[in-house]
Amino acid sequence: MSFSVPAKLEAQLDELTTHYPQKRSASLMFLHALQEHFGYVSPEAVDWTAGKLGLQPINVQELVTFYPMFRQTPLGKTQVKVCRTLSCALAGSDALRKHFVEKLGLDAHKHGAQTTADGKFTVEFVECLASCGTAPVVMVNDDLVEKCTAADCDRILSRGR
Amino acid sequence: MSNAPTTAPAPTAPPPVEKIRIKVDGREIDVPKMMPDWQGKLVPTTMLQACQIAAQEVPHYCYHPKLPIAGNCRMCLVEFGTPVMDPATKKPVVNEDGSPKIARSVLPYEPGTPRGAIACATPISPGMEIYPSSPATKQMREAVLESLLINHPLDCPICDQAGECKLQEYSVQHGQAASRFVEPKVHKPKAVDLGPRIVLDDERCVLCTRCIRFTRDVAGDDALGIVNRGSYNTISAAPGKQFDNNYTLNTVDICPVGALTSKDFRFKMRVWFLKETKSVCTSCSTGCNITIGSRENVIHRYEPRDNDAVNASWMCDAGRLNYTWVGRADRLQEVRVRGERSTWPVALAQITEHLRQAAEGSVAIIASARQTTEELYLLRRLAVRLGAITDAVEREGEADRLLVSADRNPNSQGARLTGIAYTEIGISIPTIADGIRAGRIRTLVVFGEDVTKVGIDAALLAKVETLIVSDILPNATTAAAHYLLPGCAHAEKRGTFINGKGRVQKFMKAVEPRGDARPEWEFLAEVAKALGTADGFTTIEGLFNRMASEVPALAGVEWSKLGDTGVTVPV
Repeated sequence: MSFSVPAKLEAQLDELTTHYPQKRSASLMFLHALQEHFGYVSPEAVDWTAGKLGLQPINVQELVTFYPMFRQTPLGKTQVKVCRTLSCALAGSDALRKHFVEKLGLDAHKHGAQTTADGKFTVEFVECLASCGTAPVVMVNDDLVEKCTAADCDRILSRGR
Repeated sequence: MSNAPTTAPAPTAPPPVEKIRIKVDGREIDVPKMMPDWQGKLVPTTMLQACQIAAQEVPHYCYHPKLPIAGNCRMCLVEFGTPVMDPATKKPVVNEDGSPKIARSVLPYEPGTPRGAIACATPISPGMEIYPSSPATKQMREAVLESLLINHPLDCPICDQAGECKLQEYSVQHGQAASRFVEPKVHKPKAVDLGPRIVLDDERCVLCTRCIRFTRDVAGDDALGIVNRGSYNTISAAPGKQFDNNYTLNTVDICPVGALTSKDFRFKMRVWFLKETKSVCTSCSTGCNITIGSRENVIHRYEPRDNDAVNASWMCDAGRLNYTWVGRADRLQEVRVRGERSTWPVALAQITEHLRQAAEGSVAIIASARQTTEELYLLRRLAVRLGAITDAVEREGEADRLLVSADRNPNSQGARLTGIAYTEIGISIPTIADGIRAGRIRTLVVFGEDVTKVGIDAALLAKVETLIVSDILPNATTAAAHYLLPGCAHAEKRGTFINGKGRVQKFMKAVEPRGDARPEWEFLAEVAKALGTADGFTTIEGLFNRMASEVPALAGVEWSKLGDTGVTVPV
């Protein structure tokens, strides 16, 4: 699978680079954009970013491994992020995640993001989604689901199938 | 005297240094306001430098005088205080006894608790007091060490760094006997193959980033970084990339712990068994200062030795690993006369007699720019006596931007200054070849070179009536020799090299010569004395000083003035 960035995206990123006093400062925006486009940050994307910004691959690799939001492997089509910070934890986020994981046939005792074998779902715990007043909250791709219940979970799962 | 030797590269008088008066552990001391940073630029003096001047060691991992300051290891935390100023009058407040009132630095939210500062990155100010021995400083050091050891595997018994490990040393000096940490340790990658010469143990790493800064800022190869985060922080090269520049082994030297190890040296020798000998690298004309580590006549490693006039604290990997030839099994160990084993007295007597009777102009000498200056000088004395044509053999390679010189001979300047060779080394070799071909040159003296590789092939060599050869390892020329005299590697004798920039540097003997081998200067001095062209030197000091008095470029230089880092002469 050869790595190629669409000309339009590349032009956008080139333009973006001009907003920063140093090219290097655009690194995070590059990685966000590439992850948005490809679904994850591949080693090729790291090399490409480094090449575009005049950096060494290790400089970009440091960023990719530092931030949990950057994925180094492809994830499921529907990404479920269950908040586990205090308010959500008190409001039952643990049971919520367990519900997702068990319905999808994943291992509830395993840490970190888990993806189903068919590549349709990824479930993981994340830290605060900044909606403590409506705990527990879950993010499904870019949508926030507030006061999430087991019924909401099932709806999310059936929509993603 | 225009060609007086100097010990500094820039002999201009330094401008007067502005000093600041501070107190270190209660002792008043004047320290320069500004001091050179890692690139030699003047920047405000730090507390760490001030403590060094006051002979108070401040423990540190990430600070290295030849690297940019990172301030990440926290080991150099010290308690300090600054003079109290009256906010209204802006004047110092004084105690009842008239001494300036000092406010010890404390936590802003907890005024009873001392607040240390990292000595490596905190500039001094007038009237400042630093307390490197105070109980608060001691407590800070204990805390930092305890934290650094939380995930450390404590595998000192099998660690290569043991004996030269700052984690060990500081644990003894500043640490606590027991750790309060009871949780499972974080495990990180072990025995990571970082590159062709380096193995990394991430569990031993204290994340000081010296290696990252060295390869990025000194070697110019931004190859290393820290991946992951928190307690999973790991030194790494980019995935699929090798850490393979020509300076990687310097990271092993500056790694304060056992994280970065040399594939060549690891598990070979406990460092406390090594005898350390000051020497000079022979791989090019830069002449990096080195320390030879040897045990029982076996060399185990070269390490760079500080010399700001030559190599700072570094050396290239190629030079560092170029030591195994000294211990090769096929080293020449026997004096041989026309193929038969002989002895020094017999061989030298015959050679002397032969040279005494040789007609003027019938002898040629091909020396090596890998020989010591003293040996080249003695060969030059012989050449003058015999009316012999002389030259050496050039050795060219590619230079780099840091330390490697294009001239791969360690002593080309020695060959030039003693008059063995012209500026263009090797220019007379075709003339010598012609002389042999024409039968004019009937005796050829070769030291440390294989002349069959530089235009005097085996057939031509066979025309030479008397071939006198001294070398260390066998080659086509030694095979053809009528008189074969086993010589010494630089590590087996004393002497000097003059580097490309005219730095005269001495090196000391680390190991014993093999078999019958003798330092070349010893037997050359015997021959030269017998021929009446030199005194009978019994010490290298006497020989060097005589040479210095006769070679114009070395005027005023003495062996005793060379020190450990040499002197520069005009070239």
